[in-house]
Amino acid sequence: MTQLWDFSGGIHPEQHKHLSTACPIRQSSLPERLILPLQQHIGAPAEACVAVGDRVLKGEVIATVPGAVGVPVHAPTSGTIEAISMHPVPHPSGMSDRCITIAPDGLDQWTGREPIADYHALDRDTVLERIRQYGIAGLGGAGFPTNIKLRPPKDRKVSTLILNGAECEPYITADDMTMRERADEIVAGLRVMAWVLRPERCVIAIEDNKPEAIEAVKIATENTRTEVVVIPTKYPSGGEKQLIQILTGMEVPSGGIPADIGVMCQNTGTAIAVSRAIHQGEPLISRVVTVTGRAVSSPGTFDVLLGTPVEHLLAQTGLDSQQLHRLILGGPMMGYTLETPGVPVVKTTNCLIAATAEELPAPPPEQPCIRCGMCAEVCPMELLPQQLFWHSRAGELEKAEHLNLFDCIECGACSYVCPSSIPLVQYYRAAKGEIRVQQAELLKADRARERFEARQARLEREQHEKEQRRKDRAKAAAEAQAKQQAKAEDQPSDDHAARSTLVAAALARKKAKAGKTDAAGPATTDQAEPPDLEALEKQLAQATAKLNTMQSMLEDARAENADNVEQLERAVAKNHDRVKRAETALAGARN
Amino acid sequence: MALAQQSSPHARHARSTSNVMLWVMLAALPGLLAQVIFFGWGNLINVVWCMALAIGAEAAMLRLRGRPVKFFLQDNTAAVTGFLLGLCLPPLVPFWVSATAVLAAIVLAKQLYGGTGSNPFNPAMVGYALVLISFPLAMTTNWAEPGLVWGTAPGIWETLKVIASGQQTAVDAYTMATPLDQYKHNISSRTAAEVLQHPTFGEGIARGWEWVNAGFLAGGLLLLWQRLITWHIPVSFLAGLAIMSLAFGSNPDQYAPVSMHLLAGGTMLGAFFIATDPVSAATSHQGKLIYGAGIGILIYLIRTWGAYPDAVAFAVLLMNFAVPFIDYYTPPRTYGHHKARRGLPRKGQG
Repeated sequence: MTQLWDFSGGIHPEQHKHLSTACPIRQSSLPERLILPLQQHIGAPAEACVAVGDRVLKGEVIATVPGAVGVPVHAPTSGTIEAISMHPVPHPSGMSDRCITIAPDGLDQWTGREPIADYHALDRDTVLERIRQYGIAGLGGAGFPTNIKLRPPKDRKVSTLILNGAECEPYITADDMTMRERADEIVAGLRVMAWVLRPERCVIAIEDNKPEAIEAVKIATENTRTEVVVIPTKYPSGGEKQLIQILTGMEVPSGGIPADIGVMCQNTGTAIAVSRAIHQGEPLISRVVTVTGRAVSSPGTFDVLLGTPVEHLLAQTGLDSQQLHRLILGGPMMGYTLETPGVPVVKTTNCLIAATAEELPAPPPEQPCIRCGMCAEVCPMELLPQQLFWHSRAGELEKAEHLNLFDCIECGACSYVCPSSIPLVQYYRAAKGEIRVQQAELLKADRARERFEARQARLEREQHEKEQRRKDRAKAAAEAQAKQQAKAEDQPSDDHAARSTLVAAALARKKAKAGKTDAAGPATTDQAEPPDLEALEKQLAQATAKLNTMQSMLEDARAENADNVEQLERAVAKNHDRVKRAETALAGARN
Repeated sequence: MALAQQSSPHARHARSTSNVMLWVMLAALPGLLAQVIFFGWGNLINVVWCMALAIGAEAAMLRLRGRPVKFFLQDNTAAVTGFLLGLCLPPLVPFWVSATAVLAAIVLAKQLYGGTGSNPFNPAMVGYALVLISFPLAMTTNWAEPGLVWGTAPGIWETLKVIASGQQTAVDAYTMATPLDQYKHNISSRTAAEVLQHPTFGEGIARGWEWVNAGFLAGGLLLLWQRLITWHIPVSFLAGLAIMSLAFGSNPDQYAPVSMHLLAGGTMLGAFFIATDPVSAATSHQGKLIYGAGIGILIYLIRTWGAYPDAVAFAVLLMNFAVPFIDYYTPPRTYGHHKARRGLPRKGQG
């Protein structure tokens, strides 16, 4: 007997599973149209590689993924591409996404299938690539590409491979029925995965409310080292983290992945898809879906081609649309309501509940939280739902985050037992969304600030460099002037020498000018003018003449009380300065 | 037909708050029955009077606050507050004292803080503490003399007359100090054996009181069995009180013995019905243990060295003050985390 651990909390909701286990898995009929969303997995959406009007065969690739994360989409049957357009897809928001619509021709004609006779002879990457090319993404719910999941980080060794057949949510029986009828295929798929991962331990975990499935899987695993572990029925034992705790007693670190503690969980449906990809050469084009609820007269489990509209499935089970109140995709604990039955079945669709108003009545109005703590008693993650609710509602998001809001798996156990009928999970989702938005904005603001600071630093540096260059130039010029002056004093009467001084001065001027152009800065003063007495005298005369003219103009203007008095005053002052400077320079030169 | 849009989970299976409250009152019935048997009709009259007044006050306050009266009255929380006050108050207390307590509980302690779920203090205990401080004479001298309801206890009409007369001190013939009071005020000058001669103690630990406490204990076990409360608060409450008594008051010639602490006062009522009020109690398991133990310890301190013979109300209110603090420092360790994240979030880390 394998040792089992318990996880804290959990609930025992009414099962309602017998509704859909009465008869074996039925083959769903071919609908008029198959609608295949280009994104049925986590990662980049696939891109259509067919055109409208093309004829495609069953199993042919109709969309490929250019990036590393993502899997292609295959035609579930032979037919014609009718459209590549936006269509409502299964999503809690009721959004539309790009889909390929195929009009089946009814021939169900296969493209060439290439089974692998002995995968042991291949290398693992080839097998993983096939798993990717055959469109396999986790059938359990998230739709993570299986080839990537099967290749954990290099430093992580998977020692325990778990096949999750717990199926703890009420109503859902897809895994149960699959295990009953297709246990051999499940085990074959598990073998392939085990060969890729080489774990020490392979476990198939099944809740004890599925005796037929347990029996079938036990028979299929006879004479293998695979353990079939029967676990107590308690929701959410099928949650990945809870199942790992039940089977190993270990906890997946917060924010980590199971491979961090050497564990990997795979879904039974995924195992079948892997087996078919390898042994039959068939891509993932169909899956098992439970159609149940009191609003259908013959609920059951169906083998459904991907892309089959939900309404087509409902029609086969005898839907009483008068009774239909709520249409849920997934289970009653974590599934979401559909706005339209026109959405297709995708790789992650496991259950469809057509519920009547009596079956799943609208919740009574929300009452105030009395902190009774029943939510905390049932929380499988050992959170304090009542405190999370309190902080989420008050907008104290950092406190909610501090109480590990992001560890919430949204299993709904807290809302299930809340006596005040508070939609707790909805509050947590809203708070998480709000925090994510805030974080994104914070990141954006941080980047903007960094950019701004970098720019500011660059401008300052440039300004500083410019200043430095100006100073250097001024210094050089002053030195040159001093030199010239000294030379002029040495040979004041030598005409030739004076001329050469002029040449030197001109060179210095040119040099200074060149420096000026380089710097593109404020013009340097004319300090570098050579002490040419003649020129200086001429300058002085000119300046004095100009000053006189200006002064007389100013007097005229004042007499006429004209409006350019101020300008003239400034001009006079300027010329006055100029005269002063010329006089000083001349005096200096004469000395 | 438009399909209903709802957020998961779609299935619900919960007791309503009103159902929870009905169970609390149901569970308190054995204790009330014992009170009636041993102390006459007073408590039953108080319960009816307090409940009626509590519901009336709640309705009036909801109306004043502009809240849907029927919707909020349905949750039965006001009825429970009145019910518990009726159980706590002395059986022969004048009607206006109990009325003051109820109004303080519903109007001040509950509705002015925002109604159901928003009160930081236990409303019933706010009301009780208020009248205990304001009318000490009426609150400490009106315990009926223990006597079987079919024997020496006053009849229903007589009891009604005493309560309705509004006198602070009822007729001496009917009343008697509580055992804890009696013990506390006499032990300093006498030995335990002498003190226990007083008729209030009867044959066992404290006449009538032991049955009342047994009744509330039984009701508390019912609540536990129904999973309406967890064991943490009652157990730590009783353990705190018992350990304090054994550690500091083991000499019966100086202090009341542990049996009297557990079975002679409002201990069981406090442990299972008062301290477990979830709104004003700590929330995590660890927090509940601290909260309950704190109440037990405070009760012993106040009973033994304080001025009041009983102390459930003060102890509960004092620990109510500490609840936000306790809550911040006692979150459970979440799955996948090495340890619990105590305290407040620090700046810059989520």
